[in-house]
Amino acid sequence: MTAHDHPSHDHPSHDHPSHDHPSHDYHRHDHDEASELSETELRVRAIQTILVDKGYTDAAALDAIVEAYETKIGPHIGARIVARAWTDPAFRQALLTDASKVAAPLGYQGKIGDHLVVVENTPERHNMVVCTLCSCYPWDVLGLPPVWYKSFAYRSRAVKEPRAVLAEFGVTLPNDTEIRIWDSTAEVRYMVLPERPSGTEGWTEEQLAALVTRDSMVGTDVLRVRGKIPA
Amino acid sequence: MNGIHDMGGMDGFGAVDPVETGDVFHAEWEGKVMAASRVMGAIGAWNIDQGRYGIEVLPPQLYLKSYYRRWLERFERALVNYGYADADEIAAGHALRPGKMPPRGRFTLADVERTNRRGTYTRPEAAPAKFVVGDRVLARNMHPKTHTRLPRYVRGHLGVVERVHGCHVLPDTAAVGQGENPQWLYTVQFDGRDLWGQDTDPTVKVSVEAFEPYLERA
Repeated sequence: MTAHDHPSHDHPSHDHPSHDHPSHDYHRHDHDEASELSETELRVRAIQTILVDKGYTDAAALDAIVEAYETKIGPHIGARIVARAWTDPAFRQALLTDASKVAAPLGYQGKIGDHLVVVENTPERHNMVVCTLCSCYPWDVLGLPPVWYKSFAYRSRAVKEPRAVLAEFGVTLPNDTEIRIWDSTAEVRYMVLPERPSGTEGWTEEQLAALVTRDSMVGTDVLRVRGKIPA
Repeated sequence: MNGIHDMGGMDGFGAVDPVETGDVFHAEWEGKVMAASRVMGAIGAWNIDQGRYGIEVLPPQLYLKSYYRRWLERFERALVNYGYADADEIAAGHALRPGKMPPRGRFTLADVERTNRRGTYTRPEAAPAKFVVGDRVLARNMHPKTHTRLPRYVRGHLGVVERVHGCHVLPDTAAVGQGENPQWLYTVQFDGRDLWGQDTDPTVKVSVEAFEPYLERA
């Protein structure tokens, strides 16, 4: 990412002038502010204004979508699913058979999208998920994908030299472990069930969920107990 | 199409940087582009395959800009291509004439919950599945000029059917307005050495989801 791609870092405070200000000073305000906004920000404002002008939606609905991804839909959902699978063998078995159905009660608003497939890491097999063609990701259980998942480096190399990619995440696996790459080229979505680390015997589901990282559920992290047991 | 988006196996993009800021969006405008895109998908202005194709057809120099810049470029073009705004309106920054009503109507706050769930693309079975788990299949050496979800790096290679997922909307036709044309969908697994050469790490196995028209019996 270059500075040019994220010019708004210099202007973090601009927020919805079109509905924060009375209409009588809107144009003057917009004119003053326009000189400070980047070309990209102006273009984004234009499409949002057109959508609202034409009655396709309103600003509140757009804001609510953003807010859901910033505060409600994220990897904490996947972490709860993993922790449940580690502590409930029947749930784990059902999860590996039909994750969309079994994990639904743990999803946002009690729902998980169709065709979620959970693949289990074992000492013999390590799973890793990629979308070489775009950015397909199980966002209803992990939130929107991180920058590295969408990066050209990850998309190009995960299917060809996964051990080298894992090394960049600080992960080294035994030479004889099978590395299983799932390229998400259709509407099936994969989540990795990481191995439960040793040293977590007797932990509660909540303690276990706090240990589970997002990257471990994509297959670019291997979990270990680090430091103190979470409260 | 054999576009810049089809990146599996390419060299030259360097190392992966796993360090994250922790922010879902790195600028406010990114979230706005994402939300606007979700809205237009939800009201049926264009389908998911048309949306993906809209990014693939961007000139490579635009594609290689940041992720949400691609989304913005696609969004402006889609508004015009599908008749929801005109180029002069985009240039003006506001509407100059009334909009056409989208198939599923106006998107309101009450619709947010619905659009924050992944949709389903499963459709009734039109014919029996041609392949079963364990079948050896060949990924066709096909090079359509339009949208497809068969990545270049598996084309012409032998694989094994590992899972059968039922019938799904075929992106190849849905992306170009030729209908859903549901087809059986399979997970097909390939040996890394078959894809990348005999000196490749023998522990690597790679799968893609392949629609039945992408495959031949081997």
